[in-house]
Amino acid sequence: MADRHDEARPDESSHPETKSGTRFTRRGFLKGAGAGAVTAAVAPAILVSEAGTAAAQEAEGVMSATITLDVNGQSHNVEVEARTTLADALRDRLEITGPKVVCDKGECGACTVELDGKLVFSCMTLAMDAQGRKIETVEGMADGDSLHPIQEAFVEKDALMCGFCTPGFLMSSKSLLDANDNPTPEEVREGLSGNICRCGTYPHVFEAVMSAAEKMRKGG
Amino acid sequence: MQQKMKTVTITIQEDGEPREIEIQVPDTGEGGWGDLSKNTYINKPHTRVDAVDKVTGRAKYTADIKLPGLLYGRILRSAHPRARINRIDATRAMALPGVSVVVLPNDDPEVFSRECRFAGQEIAAVAATTPEVAEDALHAIDVDYEVLPFVVDEDAARDPDAAQVHSDRGNVGEPRVGEQGDIAAGFAQADVTLEASYRCQVQSHIALETHGNVCQWEGDKLTVWASTQGVFSVRGELAGHFGIPETNVRVITEFMGGGFGAKFGARKEGVICALLARKAGAPVKLMLTRKEEHLATGNRPSAVQHVKLGATSDGKLVAYERSNYGTPGVAGSANIPGAPYLYEIPNYRIEQTSVFTNAGPMAAQRAPGHPQAAFAMESMMDEMAEALGMDPIDIRQMNDPDEARRNMVAMGAEHIGWKTRRSATPNSQTGRIKTGMGVGSCRWGGGGGRTQAECTINPDGSVQVKCGTQDIGTGTLTLVHMVAAEEFGLKIEDIDVRIGDTNYPYSGGSGGSTTAASVSPAIKGTTMLAKLELFNKIAPNFGVEPGELVASDGSVFVGSDPSKSMTWQQATAQLGDEPIFFHGQWLPGYSDSGVPGVHFVEVSVDTETGLVKVDRVVAVHNSGMILNPLTWASQVNGGVLMGIGYGMYENRIMDPATGYMVNANLEDYKVMGSTDIPEIEILRYDEPERGVIGIGEPATIPTPASIANAIYNACGARIREMPFTPDKVLSALAAVKEG
Repeated sequence: MADRHDEARPDESSHPETKSGTRFTRRGFLKGAGAGAVTAAVAPAILVSEAGTAAAQEAEGVMSATITLDVNGQSHNVEVEARTTLADALRDRLEITGPKVVCDKGECGACTVELDGKLVFSCMTLAMDAQGRKIETVEGMADGDSLHPIQEAFVEKDALMCGFCTPGFLMSSKSLLDANDNPTPEEVREGLSGNICRCGTYPHVFEAVMSAAEKMRKGG
Repeated sequence: MQQKMKTVTITIQEDGEPREIEIQVPDTGEGGWGDLSKNTYINKPHTRVDAVDKVTGRAKYTADIKLPGLLYGRILRSAHPRARINRIDATRAMALPGVSVVVLPNDDPEVFSRECRFAGQEIAAVAATTPEVAEDALHAIDVDYEVLPFVVDEDAARDPDAAQVHSDRGNVGEPRVGEQGDIAAGFAQADVTLEASYRCQVQSHIALETHGNVCQWEGDKLTVWASTQGVFSVRGELAGHFGIPETNVRVITEFMGGGFGAKFGARKEGVICALLARKAGAPVKLMLTRKEEHLATGNRPSAVQHVKLGATSDGKLVAYERSNYGTPGVAGSANIPGAPYLYEIPNYRIEQTSVFTNAGPMAAQRAPGHPQAAFAMESMMDEMAEALGMDPIDIRQMNDPDEARRNMVAMGAEHIGWKTRRSATPNSQTGRIKTGMGVGSCRWGGGGGRTQAECTINPDGSVQVKCGTQDIGTGTLTLVHMVAAEEFGLKIEDIDVRIGDTNYPYSGGSGGSTTAASVSPAIKGTTMLAKLELFNKIAPNFGVEPGELVASDGSVFVGSDPSKSMTWQQATAQLGDEPIFFHGQWLPGYSDSGVPGVHFVEVSVDTETGLVKVDRVVAVHNSGMILNPLTWASQVNGGVLMGIGYGMYENRIMDPATGYMVNANLEDYKVMGSTDIPEIEILRYDEPERGVIGIGEPATIPTPASIANAIYNACGARIREMPFTPDKVLSALAAVKEG
């Protein structure tokens, strides 16, 4: 799979609840991984919030902290737990809702954002791991009121229907064209293979990306 | 140039009773939409008016709504396919910091049941200050289940000794029978009789925005942001459930991330969200997870069809017998169309049943029952053609009563080169990769009605149009703009259009491919009659009859003497202080129902791996008068692709040992991705005189059937079970080799 997401897809088959009621879930996994990251790398930079922390730790080991995220060139302070994903931090805490949560496990690309110039699934990225890194979302694509040529092409070619996958497709398209402004149709398909659209806009998306590439080559 | 008028009969509600009245409207000829060549917008491609909101991330969907003090809801679901809850205890959950409320079965027995009949059934719910804490709380609810026997496979469930899904009835429902003529006599006339069984799997809907709502109470007034295909259906269900007047419930759907048939009514998750919000005294957002979507929000039922078809040696179909069943899960119906699909057969008998299983309930899905019916009928037509030594197209043309579809088949065949590029002999190529061509057809109803609208023309010239329909991604908002702008001779951006809110006039749900045919005539009628009222007021200033005025290009002028003209704003300024306000409704004469569709498909089959690739689709469709060819084409593409997904990849897999769906995600449940997309060419078969007809559903129906026929043409392997995965292709190829 040559999609442009750098985040590896975990090998997750379905894990139904066992008879004892314990489950292995992605959040549980991230929780463990995140807690490790907190002590190992991020702890000095975070401020542990006071409210309710002790009781929370007693109950479930929950600990929240205020971190700073650089989103589309703006700094935001946001209170997260160690396990909070970047997608949830952006959407639920900062109301930056362009990135959408559809599968919540790195299968569909709707939550795609750029992290230091590389595409990641924000649902598979811990908010804490995004500290000190440049986060770009679809909200940062246009230059004020002036749309990015890829956005213009999506509008013009009707490369969107319900629009829920669109922010992810736009981020993947931008990454693709930033790296290669003259892709073949096959390269466009490969480049967008990490994104799923259920309305079936793909043919118009391909047209839009090819048309935007041409415009961008001409300096548009 | 006095405008010609005509009388139409409409039904109005008077004291709650329907009453028919006659009204006069301008007569613009058959189909109602006038001379299309003169249009600025209607029947011309136009980009979506909300596209910029969607490409900038500004569009706020239900999943994006944030309110002060918002809590996050989650639903606890049965861990077992069949169980009885002896005890459920939320003490530990309530003790977690951040957990606001828990609702348990006793809080609302209409929503929750202690009898669990599928893994994923709703049994309790929580609301907490963050999504993470809400998830923790689910794991801290202790449930003592008495685990009971279950059955998740429709074949096993038909066994009289199978575990019973419902205690008060058997697993196999009452047969539904459709018959005509005398099948024994029919089969006696047949020179060739074929019998075969065809299987279609269960398909998940997979709207990308999951089902969900945000609910906020103020006293006994409820505001709901809903990801729904029908705002009024949500309002009705919630008002009924909570025993409050519909006027107390407001449902808003500004942007909506797809439905495909599974998002009507408040549904359980909507009622639960409102319950949590009421108990918490705070707004609650409850969006389902992807896994919950697969388990509990609906699916296309399976279909197992045993078919017997008889034809005379010249290809005339004379007798048809079909016995079919499928599973709707725990509730609903798995029925497919109850007469022979597409073709005229004088003698037939169809008997079908729905088989309950311990799996999530079905919901309508894009052309309910039709892709399944088309798969079996169109596969068997090809099998019969081969048995008779006929061309598959010739046998179709001979038995198809629909003239438009016959023309469309001929049109598609010509375009794809059926006679010149297709080998009449299956499996005629040497080499590992073999290519083939196939055809499949469909019919759909559609039609319009059940929509009201309001139009205000203000003295400053501004125009507002309100209609309580919703845009589920099909471009409805854009259609409203286009129809209104065309009527007033204004620009699309000059019309202030409001939709997606029960505070606006009633419109039915977006389903059955009826939305365009319902909404556009209502907007046409309402804006047309509002314009006539304006003309009635200002005609004396022109010294002419109202019917002589024309609104076009931002002006109002006398049709016979365009020099007598004012700008739109000068014209509306004659109103003084009082705006024109008109409440209108759907009018007959602008839409129709009943359309055929035909897909031609080319495939490549790798005979070593069994992998099939759809290379090209020629989709021939008919929507009467197409309002917006750009968004219409998007819908055809989407329908074709969802059909390829159903035919080739998608399959809900239930483990018979545990009763769980094992692929309730987007990795193991295979939906199409960008590398699977064929070249799609769309051919329009226009019948503008019929008015507007929907496209959403017909565009998906014939795809699996046409792929199966193309696979056969390529490699001689007849695949009678969907999806057409490599294992089935290899097995069928092996059977061919063994002869």
